[in-house]
Amino acid sequence: MAERAIGLATAVRAGDRSARSVVESHLAVIAEREPDVHAFNLVLADRSLARADEIDAIVAAGGDPGPLAGVPIAVKDNTCMRGVPTTCSSKILGQWRPPYDATVVQRLHEAGAIAIGKTNLDEFAMGSSTENSAFGPTRNPLDLDLVPGGSSGGSAAAVAAGFAPLAIGSDTGGSIRQPAAFCGVVGMKPTYGAVSRYGLIAFASSLDQIGPFAADVADAAALFEVLAGHDPLDSTSIAEPAAQVSGVLDRGVEGLRVGVISELSGAGIDGIAADVQDRTRTAADALGAAGALVDEVSVPSTVFGLSAYYLIAPAEASSNLSRYDGGRYGLRVDGANNEAMNVASRSAGFGDEVKRRIMLGTYALSAGYYDAYYGKAQKVRTLIRDDFAAAYENHDVLLSPTAPTTAFPLGDRTADPMTMYVNDVCTIPSNLAGHPAISVPYGVGASGLPIGVQVLAPTRGEAVMFQVAAALERTMA
Amino acid sequence: MIGILPAMSSPISRDDVAHVARLARLELSSDELDRFTDQLGAILEHAADVEALDVTDIEPMHHPVPMSNVMRPDVVVPSLDRDEVLAQAPAAEAGQFRVPPVLGEA
Repeated sequence: MAERAIGLATAVRAGDRSARSVVESHLAVIAEREPDVHAFNLVLADRSLARADEIDAIVAAGGDPGPLAGVPIAVKDNTCMRGVPTTCSSKILGQWRPPYDATVVQRLHEAGAIAIGKTNLDEFAMGSSTENSAFGPTRNPLDLDLVPGGSSGGSAAAVAAGFAPLAIGSDTGGSIRQPAAFCGVVGMKPTYGAVSRYGLIAFASSLDQIGPFAADVADAAALFEVLAGHDPLDSTSIAEPAAQVSGVLDRGVEGLRVGVISELSGAGIDGIAADVQDRTRTAADALGAAGALVDEVSVPSTVFGLSAYYLIAPAEASSNLSRYDGGRYGLRVDGANNEAMNVASRSAGFGDEVKRRIMLGTYALSAGYYDAYYGKAQKVRTLIRDDFAAAYENHDVLLSPTAPTTAFPLGDRTADPMTMYVNDVCTIPSNLAGHPAISVPYGVGASGLPIGVQVLAPTRGEAVMFQVAAALERTMA
Repeated sequence: MIGILPAMSSPISRDDVAHVARLARLELSSDELDRFTDQLGAILEHAADVEALDVTDIEPMHHPVPMSNVMRPDVVVPSLDRDEVLAQAPAAEAGQFRVPPVLGEA
């Protein structure tokens, strides 16, 4: 985590530093450590150098390439880039090259950022460790025996290893925030609809949201401002200007009301490690010392979030992933008729976790079970939204751990899916409610590994969320 | 509450899993069928807390943003290039995707 994005962009825009030299220095770090870490499915060396030369030419001609001029960015490999293989870390997409750019890719390009590579993920973003990749796991740059978290583990690892100052990921149940916590970087999930999903390959459409990774809160805020905004190509995009957040970062927390979510943070909660509880309490105390009004608040139905999520997300996935049938793109395994071809292609192309979730979702939606599972889970979603609304009546933001534990060893939790799913217990409620939340690195736990503290805010509450996150970060300095 | 419940009598049978796999166009080996039955059973066992809730009078939430029927302006814009799209297909012919026969054994 050498150089910060804002500093690099300032130097490139001023002509003090060439974009080419910025890209070259990051490619050198990649050449040295990527063989150990495996953050990328594809490094775009030639393409990023060519783009750097374009940016340098704009600066030389007196132009402004944009707020992220010359900043390398790692892009999760479930985000479409025209003409560049986009795999979702699945065999089923084969060597598919999208015929269009995702809106976020277009926005990054217009802001002068340089896509330096496509990052590894759990297949179709289904997982919490980046071990469910058809191309092998990503390792945590802080300790190669440990997972980086997931599903955006490649993006988190890329920032932590200094491969790029910025990355984007997608967060359906915690897939940005949990790997950010495991790798000691900042990761943020925006309000549902704040960032366009056009060109993000769908997992669970009512939950998916693209968001930033960065080494600090200011860089994450700068990237969020580039990503966010209305997009007519995404019908769920919020049709209002996105929150401006960079201007509020130094405002402090004097008088702000911060509620620590008792169901996810308190002592005696089964599954939240003692050192994670300690750091969350320390963070709350530090915000109190900085002038915030801190108390504990109950958001009772969050305890049902995990169960509701693992019915809703697979149900939506089972529908979204029905498009992979060997017909129009990606892998085809031949069969005697069309259905046999569909079955052979899907059976060969999907990994175990994806098959599990497709079947779970198909079951939860099937006749006789719909009301008991999917229908009920959607009602729990209402309960969680209403409980959050009650908590926000007298709080500006809420606080909790990001993940129940620090990073765990590779292979530790692959045998039993439930032991993997509980990683998402603190992050899922924000996805179900559609709210923004950010993970801020807040010191280390018992084994010296980073711990993330999560700041949650209500719908479109990014400004106050970033304000508190920046203040929290300063209490660590 | 966050703890993991042990699977007792599985809420999903081996036949259920085989049926669901057929619906989802997946072919499973006998070993996979056993393994997935256990795993899906454990996940559904955990979901028993939701299944047991009385939420009779609660409206379901389908989506975080209360909106419906989002329309775009009725203006013709360029669409994807057909040749570029078909170049990505496993098989194409005469400007169309080519697939095996839909009916019969061919």
